[in-house]
Amino acid sequence: MNAIEVKELYKTYDGVKAVNGISIEIGYGELFGFLGPNGAGKTTTINILCTLLKPTSGQAYVAGFDVDKESEKIREHIGLVFQETTLDNELTTFENLLFHAYLYGIGRAEATKRIDELLSMIGLENKKDQLVKHLSGGMKRRLELIRGLLHKPRVLFLDEPTIGLDPQTRANVWSFIKNMKEKEGTTIFVTTHYIEEASDFDRIAIIDHGKIIAVGNPYRLLSEMGKATVTFTTDDKTSKEILVKHGMKQIGENEYQIKIDDPDIFLKQILNMSGLKIDNLRIKKPELEELYIALTGSEIRDEYTSQPYVRRGHHG
Amino acid sequence: MKKVLLPIYVITLRDLKKFFRQRSRLIGMIARPLTWLFLIGTGLNQIIRGGLGINYIQFILPGILGMTILFSAMFSSISIVWDREFGFMKEILIAPVPRLSIAFGKIISGMLVSTIQGIIIMLAAPFIGIRFTIFEALLLVVFIMIVSICISAIGVFIASMITSFESFNIIMNFIVMPMFFLSGAMYPINVLPKFMRYLMYLNPLSYGIDSFKHIMFVEFSHFHSDFSMLSDVLLMIIFTIGSTVLAAITFNKRQKE
Repeated sequence: MNAIEVKELYKTYDGVKAVNGISIEIGYGELFGFLGPNGAGKTTTINILCTLLKPTSGQAYVAGFDVDKESEKIREHIGLVFQETTLDNELTTFENLLFHAYLYGIGRAEATKRIDELLSMIGLENKKDQLVKHLSGGMKRRLELIRGLLHKPRVLFLDEPTIGLDPQTRANVWSFIKNMKEKEGTTIFVTTHYIEEASDFDRIAIIDHGKIIAVGNPYRLLSEMGKATVTFTTDDKTSKEILVKHGMKQIGENEYQIKIDDPDIFLKQILNMSGLKIDNLRIKKPELEELYIALTGSEIRDEYTSQPYVRRGHHG
Repeated sequence: MKKVLLPIYVITLRDLKKFFRQRSRLIGMIARPLTWLFLIGTGLNQIIRGGLGINYIQFILPGILGMTILFSAMFSSISIVWDREFGFMKEILIAPVPRLSIAFGKIISGMLVSTIQGIIIMLAAPFIGIRFTIFEALLLVVFIMIVSICISAIGVFIASMITSFESFNIIMNFIVMPMFFLSGAMYPINVLPKFMRYLMYLNPLSYGIDSFKHIMFVEFSHFHSDFSMLSDVLLMIIFTIGSTVLAAITFNKRQKE
């Protein structure tokens, strides 16, 4: 059985279908992204999978257990980082973590070892005995992240893990998550607004109005979506002629453009030809955000556009 | 068994840790009853003729003890609402622990916190001329614990019913204050009109304070207590079991939608 299996899941609140027939299967060790605008049903789905909400109908299995009948079993095997902070501000970093360990039946000695290890991995080792209320927002987020992993869950749910973080912390958080995924084989289910971050996930699902409208590897989804745009800039007359001969369209005085499936191969061919003097070469592949907008017809980062986000490298 | 008891221990440990860490709360919780005892007690002592062996300030000590427990246990239970408001409750709810353990953990921590405060107030007795033997003192501690667990369970029950922190004031004004005044804390029950007396019979704190009177005023208790010790004990046990069960059921229910 997969880490997560969902069949025909529905959740209705006061006549509104928050989750409207979702089915997905997520394998162990997968980094899976759940993308969609606010109110699309992402958090509701997470809450159902984490046994905090009961579905109206349909089945869902997490780590092999039924969310409806075996909720306590599921809770043993999952970790969860909520959108909002769920730390106790009046306790220290260590106490928050120890409290968590005890709730999961981990003894003090074992917990302390694991806590020290995780704290140093995320760079909070010198905040161990500080009251949580004195930590910055980014530190709290990192603390919650290691708390979610403290009991070595099979599946880790992250609801908007990088919301409101500065680019550096965000990059730090992602490299930690990916590192833990490699190290402990944790299945990771992430919802995010920041589409750029999802570009190197194993798979993503795009959800809108409670339904999954696309699912697959982000790179593959992108290549299905369409062509890349290649733009050349040159003021050399001969080169211009060659470019036109290869089907380029002139878009500015010295700018030539072509839309093509596979820009890499095309460029190799061009570059192999002698006598070409290219001043500047720019490849723009379609980004997830465009894919998203094409599919949902809305801007995903509506509320967060003012915040900078880390540009991550693209595959291919 | 470990799965049921460990969370109770952890939740209790957390509350105790926070209780001793928040000095201002601790001081406030002790200062309030002492203010009542010495300022109101001394003032009214001048105009109220106690007679029958004790004076007014002595008469209200059991009531002040009841008040201490009432406020402290209620405040402790209300922290559930606080935890919910600030998200920490989610961290507990997502853990693989039975919901009932969470409710019991909260009841027990409320009991311990208010027992500690009750004992501190009890130590005021010699200063106002009430003396008791070691046996009586221990008996009093046992009863402080019983009253504490009862009020604490009622608090958890109330806390699991209310959803917002704004409801806190409503609870203070419409439950806690009437519970205090309609408990025989400041005046004997039998001086009140009939309908108010019925309200007092419904108030578990009445029996708690009455049991304190039995223990503190051994020789004069038949003048000052309103019920027999046996009915105090029985009714308190009934109230404690009833409110614990109610608290457990509501808590269990309210955390699932």
